[in-house]
Amino acid sequence: MKTLRAYILGFILSIALTLVAFALVLEHVRTGHVFPSHGLAVAVLVVLAVIQLFVQLMLFLRLGEERKPRWNLTALVFALLIVAILVGGTLWIMQSLSHGQMQEPRDIFTEENIFPSTQND
Amino acid sequence: MTTHPSTSSGHVQEDKVVFGFWVYLMSDCVLFAGLFATYAVLQNATFGGPSIAELVSVPFVLTETMILLTSSFTVGLALLAAHRHSGTTTLRVGYGAGKKYLVLTLLAVTLLLGLAFLGMELKEFSHLLAEGNGPSRSAFLSSFFTLIGTHGLHVFFGSLWMLILMAHIVIKGLNPGTVRKLTMVSLFWHFLDIIWIFIFTIVYLMGALAL
Repeated sequence: MKTLRAYILGFILSIALTLVAFALVLEHVRTGHVFPSHGLAVAVLVVLAVIQLFVQLMLFLRLGEERKPRWNLTALVFALLIVAILVGGTLWIMQSLSHGQMQEPRDIFTEENIFPSTQND
Repeated sequence: MTTHPSTSSGHVQEDKVVFGFWVYLMSDCVLFAGLFATYAVLQNATFGGPSIAELVSVPFVLTETMILLTSSFTVGLALLAAHRHSGTTTLRVGYGAGKKYLVLTLLAVTLLLGLAFLGMELKEFSHLLAEGNGPSRSAFLSSFFTLIGTHGLHVFFGSLWMLILMAHIVIKGLNPGTVRKLTMVSLFWHFLDIIWIFIFTIVYLMGALAL
């Protein structure tokens, strides 16, 4: 019956974490984006999702009960490393790219006089 | 077949098969990471079209989330029912006496919840398409449809697999072969639920922050 308890606990915790995240967003919208602030809300949402990831890994996938040499865990850690490099690297590169192009987007049609802007008439 | 498969050589072989499936899941995880990264980069590239905040209906998606979460729970219960008395867990395959009909009922519930989830997702997609907000509308919508659609496709094939597994269990009963398949289906289903948590958080909840 130990496993049944783990599944029920995992289920309840997952529902609770999902509802807390939902309530956080409602509160953010209700207070007119004041509290919690956008940055704080994003940070808390990420933390809640990661907690739920661990809850499900431990209580649904029972990763904590794996016996040595824990190949499943090893594969997971390696996959998470790749995910971190892939997502983190992509965001880093794309953000520094858009930072380097901060000026107003050029209106190529007006510049090349293809469709002369009507506002200048 | 002995009642204690953990002492037989067949057990080691089955462990390897489940581990191989686990490695597949991890590579699938990397696939989704690529789609998440694409979405994160393109989410503001709306090209004059609607943004995520204008499209999202959080209560609707919350219902989808609860449905998938419940199905993840019931597939776990199905595996537990099959493994009862053998003291094994999801990651280690065993052959319990099992209760065939309890397992089948729990799988049927899981399948119905999975189909309900798919139905809601298709409703959302057809609604978007009807309003001219298909994947070709903007880079944001392309990445949105790719990410959510790929997850939906996984749920579809998971449901199909579950249906086939149920037929196997009806015909062959619970034996080490079908229990091993059940173990892998449940790993797959839990995995899809975990991916969905991140879709729910990153796409829908973070999108709704701008409401």
